[in-house]
Amino acid sequence: MPNIQELEKFATQVRRDILRQVHKVNSGHPGGSLGCTEFFTALYKEVMDHNTDFDMDGKNEDLFFLSNGHISPVFYSVLARSGYFPVEELNTFRLIDSRLQGHPTTHEGLPGIRIASGSLGQGMSVAIGAALSKKLNKDEKLVFSLHGDGELQEGQNWEAIMYAAANKVDNLISTVDLNGQQIDGSTETVLPLGNLRAKFEAFGWDVMEIADGNDLKQVIDGLNEAKTRTGKGRPVCVLMHTVMGHGVDFMMHTHAWHGKAPNDEQLETGLSQNPETLGDY
Amino acid sequence: MKKYTDTGKKDTRSGFGAGLTELGKSNENVVALCADLTGSLKMDEFKANHPERFFQVGIAEANMMGIAAGMTIGGKIPFTGTFANFSTGRVYDQIRQSIAYSGKNVKICASHAGVTLGEDGATHQILEDLGLMKMLPGMTVINPCDFNQTKAATIAIAEHDGPVYLRFGRPKVANFTPEDQKFEIGKAVQLQEGSDVTIIATGHLVWEALQAAEQLAEKGISADVLDIHTIKPLDEEAILNSVKKTGCVVTAEEHNFLGGLGESVSRTLAVNHPAPQEFVATQDVFGESGTPAQLMEKYGLNADAIIKATEKVIKRK
Repeated sequence: MPNIQELEKFATQVRRDILRQVHKVNSGHPGGSLGCTEFFTALYKEVMDHNTDFDMDGKNEDLFFLSNGHISPVFYSVLARSGYFPVEELNTFRLIDSRLQGHPTTHEGLPGIRIASGSLGQGMSVAIGAALSKKLNKDEKLVFSLHGDGELQEGQNWEAIMYAAANKVDNLISTVDLNGQQIDGSTETVLPLGNLRAKFEAFGWDVMEIADGNDLKQVIDGLNEAKTRTGKGRPVCVLMHTVMGHGVDFMMHTHAWHGKAPNDEQLETGLSQNPETLGDY
Repeated sequence: MKKYTDTGKKDTRSGFGAGLTELGKSNENVVALCADLTGSLKMDEFKANHPERFFQVGIAEANMMGIAAGMTIGGKIPFTGTFANFSTGRVYDQIRQSIAYSGKNVKICASHAGVTLGEDGATHQILEDLGLMKMLPGMTVINPCDFNQTKAATIAIAEHDGPVYLRFGRPKVANFTPEDQKFEIGKAVQLQEGSDVTIIATGHLVWEALQAAEQLAEKGISADVLDIHTIKPLDEEAILNSVKKTGCVVTAEEHNFLGGLGESVSRTLAVNHPAPQEFVATQDVFGESGTPAQLMEKYGLNADAIIKATEKVIKRK
């Protein structure tokens, strides 16, 4: 059984890391990062069987691909605090000569990253490829991916969604972060996504939902449930409802903090709502 | 001068298919992906021999590039197959981010390049692909000249760690290079030794360059002929050695003069050894329907065009 209390502490520290990273360079994407903090915490601390002694090929371990690369602050914080690279390196986020580029990349050799992402809509195809590679290698481990909801407006996703179901890529769990926000406003005002459950099901996926993606226990239970649904001839889609900006009251329920950093005062407010647990970097 | 014999016209896409068939047998990590053009790309034999390593992705090239990038994780060597237009322009950002920037070991294999795919017309006749691909950091760009060389190149790129763009075509063209040739990525092949002009050609225009050199010899003009199958990395040493000897150059390619082999040669010369150059290439235009021979004539991509360019460039020395 997971120690939820300990994991909550981890998540709170990750939220501090997110705020401090984007504040320092006055750029980056805190909103989606905060909303996916529980997801990353659950995935890396509880759900995935992964090896922090990083190897690109990742044979015999679960793999994760971040398609919506702009939420790099949460990815970097969780990778660092899981042991992939020194936590102090979070200090270099978005700075010149850093391995922590604005959007994640393999190019600077940061452990834990297996593909560049940032230009949206490409991650599911890559995850499918990695899943097919595992099948060819008779590797029983799983492939996880995360996608923004607005990102599903990119057509390549639907090519990938069609392919994965038609070809029974059933070692893949793709989670969609349903926060209903994108840069220009809500997904409803920019380009409504319609009934995503019905769409994924119509394409042939096994679809499940996590009602509150900011409830750590729900996320862990949901992803573990998703794991039990693999190997049954269908790819698994997890529709995870989150609140963009979760954990910092003035950043919640709005697209305003999608890609904007807090000022000094706002940082202090945000940090006071997420007291230090594991120690700041 | 050396004599080259056409052992029988063959399409370079079949050279790719033959190479892929051999790779299927010799390297179990090689996988092939195709976007609904298995027959056109001559991938049928690989598919028949290794159904478990062949991936039909449908008419979804962006997804194909992403899947190929992902398959490298776990040690596979993916060869993607579709027309050159759909291998490059249609999926540029997927190649840029998921393959080139991510440093993935994907082999992008592109048939029906240039105007000589013929009757389908300009929607399918990409003349910009070499430029698009050579501008990507880390991308190796190869455009072999005949069936035998395409087969050898296909086999060679599996041993190269990194993304490769391999370009070939639909028409049957002269097959004149040795069947057992060793293909060295980035190494020019000197086909003729001459002193008056350097003719640097790529793809099936290498054969046209040899024909031109023979006719030029009858006029008393001696041509150095280089087969540049690898446009990037470019064999600058071979080019400079030749141009230092001859003092002028003609480049020949089935591609827009913007962004092609000719511009790569120009840059090499401008930086190291400026010399007059003429470009046998398309002149910043789209193609059209027609037979390959008609199109090569109309767009100035044959031996006659190379001869005219040579006579012009020699006067500029």
